[in-house]
Amino acid sequence: MPLDAAPTREAERPLVEVEDLARDFDVSKPLLFRLLQGERRRILHAVAGVSFAIPKGTTLSLVGESGCGKTTVARLVVGLYAPTRGSIRIDGTDLASLTTRAAQAPVRRRLQMIFQDPYASLNPRWRVGDIIAEPIRAFGLLRGRAEIEARVGELLRQVGLSPKDAEKFPHEFSGGQRQRISIARALSSNPEFLVCDEPTSALDVSVQAQILNLMKDLQARFGLTYLFISHNLAVVRHMSDRIGVMYLGRIVELAPGETLFARPLHPYTRLLLEAIPDLEMTGRQRTPVGGEVPSPIDPPSGCTFHPRCPFAAARCRAEAPPLRRRGEVEVACHAVEEGRLPG
Amino acid sequence: MAGDAIPRDAAASGPVEAGARVGGPEAARRKGPVARMLDSDLWYSFSRSPLTVASALVALVLIGGAVLAPVLAPHNPFDLATLNLMDAFNPPAFMAGGDPAFLLGTDDQGRDMLSTIMYGARISLFVGFCAVLFAMTLGVAIGLVAGYAGGATDAVLMRIADIKLTFPAILVALLVDGLVRAAMPRELHDRIALWVVIFAIGISNWVQYARTVRGSTLVEKSKEYVMAARVIGLSNLRIMARHVLPNVMGPVLVIATLNLGFAILAEATLSFLGVGVPPTQPSLGTLIRIGNDFLFSGEWWITVFPGITLALMVLSVNLLGDWLRDALNPKLR
Amino acid sequence: MPLLEVRNLRVEFPTRRGTLTAVDDVSFAIEEGEVLGVVGESGAGKSITGAAIIRLIEPPGRIAGGEVILSGRRIDTLPAEEMRHVRGRQIGAIFQDPLTTLNPLYSIGRQLVETMQTHLGLSDREARARAVRWLEDVGIPAAAQRIDAYPHQFSGGMRQRVVIALALCAEPRLVIADEPTTALDVSIQAQVIALLKRLCRDHGTAVMLVTHDMGVIAETADRVAVMYAGRIAEIGPVREVVKSARHPYTEGLMGSIPSLGQKVERLRQIDGAMPRLTDIPRGCAFNPRCARVFDRCRVERPELMPTDGPSRAACWLYAGRGAERDAA
Repeated sequence: MPLDAAPTREAERPLVEVEDLARDFDVSKPLLFRLLQGERRRILHAVAGVSFAIPKGTTLSLVGESGCGKTTVARLVVGLYAPTRGSIRIDGTDLASLTTRAAQAPVRRRLQMIFQDPYASLNPRWRVGDIIAEPIRAFGLLRGRAEIEARVGELLRQVGLSPKDAEKFPHEFSGGQRQRISIARALSSNPEFLVCDEPTSALDVSVQAQILNLMKDLQARFGLTYLFISHNLAVVRHMSDRIGVMYLGRIVELAPGETLFARPLHPYTRLLLEAIPDLEMTGRQRTPVGGEVPSPIDPPSGCTFHPRCPFAAARCRAEAPPLRRRGEVEVACHAVEEGRLPG
Repeated sequence: MAGDAIPRDAAASGPVEAGARVGGPEAARRKGPVARMLDSDLWYSFSRSPLTVASALVALVLIGGAVLAPVLAPHNPFDLATLNLMDAFNPPAFMAGGDPAFLLGTDDQGRDMLSTIMYGARISLFVGFCAVLFAMTLGVAIGLVAGYAGGATDAVLMRIADIKLTFPAILVALLVDGLVRAAMPRELHDRIALWVVIFAIGISNWVQYARTVRGSTLVEKSKEYVMAARVIGLSNLRIMARHVLPNVMGPVLVIATLNLGFAILAEATLSFLGVGVPPTQPSLGTLIRIGNDFLFSGEWWITVFPGITLALMVLSVNLLGDWLRDALNPKLR
Repeated sequence: MPLLEVRNLRVEFPTRRGTLTAVDDVSFAIEEGEVLGVVGESGAGKSITGAAIIRLIEPPGRIAGGEVILSGRRIDTLPAEEMRHVRGRQIGAIFQDPLTTLNPLYSIGRQLVETMQTHLGLSDREARARAVRWLEDVGIPAAAQRIDAYPHQFSGGMRQRVVIALALCAEPRLVIADEPTTALDVSIQAQVIALLKRLCRDHGTAVMLVTHDMGVIAETADRVAVMYAGRIAEIGPVREVVKSARHPYTEGLMGSIPSLGQKVERLRQIDGAMPRLTDIPRGCAFNPRCARVFDRCRVERPELMPTDGPSRAACWLYAGRGAERDAA
């Protein structure tokens, strides 16, 4: 399988299509306690209806603070959780329609995931070579030890490590190197789609730069499609073609990278941009907006952002705004729709 | 900030690299497995504790003597042809009236005490090891499944464990043994008596393993390397066996070592009570029981020496287990 | 006279495999009311420096050399009892995790009152009144009612505000803040940083702000010290260090941070990683990764020296005007 084949942009169908994706978690107390204390069931709406599409070879980022549901979306897309509602299509195939492990295998081979914690994402008892080779063996892509070894060596070189590292154990490597090993593992099944859940958040800044550069190189080389999850707007800006801002389980704004930063529409997006420290030392006077992220178990009514929104009106308290398209940007905000927002 | 005694990344980070490529000097520094073991923290902690080294030596001697009994024992106590009733009730060699051929004296049938003890220890150890192995396998399996599956499976299995815990171990062993005896014809029972005892002791002891493994499994289950395996689509069984199991086995070893002492004692208790191993394969417990009859008529060595051996064996194994638990506990290092 | 002077501080951790030197010959000073940022990546020794100043290094780690001088008085050799009085009254501390800083069993009011009574000798009523004012100051809504609440009843950002109040209520001259906002969401970070800045300015408290987040430093600090492998690589006014770094490591560090200004295709990366503390290279610790390395760097360890700007950098590029590139 030629790995260096130049990506052909099929402008027809996006590789990943997610529609009205939702996931609830039951966080009620055990039945006995509920009966005795007379409490109702408590449902956590981690993801409350998310839709997006990712064209092949591009990067879509989901950004937001804790509790916004972006990690849950990542896990839903790779099939770690079953959705409560909605559909996920990879190259047209709905994941939910595949019921047996055998049917799922061809689709699973095409997607992989990179995780946040470099210290927990590699099995400490396995050698690095075996860790990387596991997808190859699981999908039966290569047989024969020599072939697998050669492929593992090649992957290690592609991520900037040495083939001899295959004999070592994860604890012999630093955080950045472990992330490289994770990336090598993710690439070993020749996937087309990579879900990256905060891959550099646990790394030092200089190591982060190495990993981000590596990821961009690999994307250019192999035509990979990324779903990139992060809470760091600057990182997201560097990596993405399009960015989705999430708040309490919903996407509030979805726009091309540069547009989002140049002309943020949704008040929450503006708040986030305001909150970023001024590394350029422009002397920009920041006015941090008050309030904290409410609990996703008991979200505010209507538009969930209204308690913190400087532009909230009566309609915002009553009615949740849908995601509406304005040119190349999708935004869910009554004030934007009504033209009440300055700038 | 001050909680981490040694800066974490400094201890964990890899070697200096000029570029992002590793190789060269690091490869040359790779050590063989023996060198690595001697260099390890475990060996360091072991060699620093005289008590542990002493118990290890004692255990080694006892276990070695037991395992190699057919080779090392001066006499064969089961060979009726060599027995001579005239040799009966000889005191130990270091006492007046002793015979140097029988270092620790003889019993009521003229059997050499040293040899019978060695063979007896062999049986005791065999039963002990097998019982621990059985309990470990059962307990680890139950704990792994309970922890990984969660939900109703977990609840049911753990309630079974709780119920089991309400019964004292010896009682359970007695019960199981008694039931099997009642259910089977005598000759059949005699043949498999050893396995029945092993089963009885094993089944009375699995809960500690299950609980510990369940706890560790719950922790490992939420780690990202398990998620990575699930993303690939591996079956739950495969993930449990190949990913989770190696990471939860640590404390199991400690429990097993500590349990060995108990298992040996349990077998001795059962044999002492007359419901353990069959008389054709006497263990240390059997010997103690036999010798008990002669204790107050002056032939103390018939019961005391097996007793001392049993005590030493259990003590040394327990001390080793204690050391292992402390050595493997990261918080105490 | 500077408020805090650290001279040639050395912190060691004896381990089985030899002695780890986590902080190696570090010297700096903090003036009254100044905010000094101490920035560096994991393993650079910045947290240990802060811990050493308030003598919270866990044994077997120990201060193996140097002096810590507060308002002209040496505090690194004080007996434990007197050090306890210094901690809290003269030096306050804010750590990263508010959940473990606050005692979960006592109400926040009680913890504030206790601190103030211990260090300021106030009466019950006075202390309580002041505690309410502090809580209002740090932005806890309905402070008078919430003063008796327990830490777990607050959110992360609110808890950190309480921790700030706790650190400042005994009116120390210096506060050591170790990653005070790292565990918080971005929007909360901004609020808490602004709060810290304002309060310290209002009370004239100096701050030693230890963090890996350069953005926070750029916003908050007056001067910044960049640490690498247990030593200070560069120290100077924040604007200088951030915009025109002198030390190659600082340069690389600033270049590797994705910014909201100029969008670049590729981030500047420094190859390799910070060396393990047991394996620090000879000469300048950064030399294996430095793009501008020359012979002297591999042999001699540079001390902080003046550069062609207001910062000082530990780099042989600045030995004398222009770089000396002749073989040592």
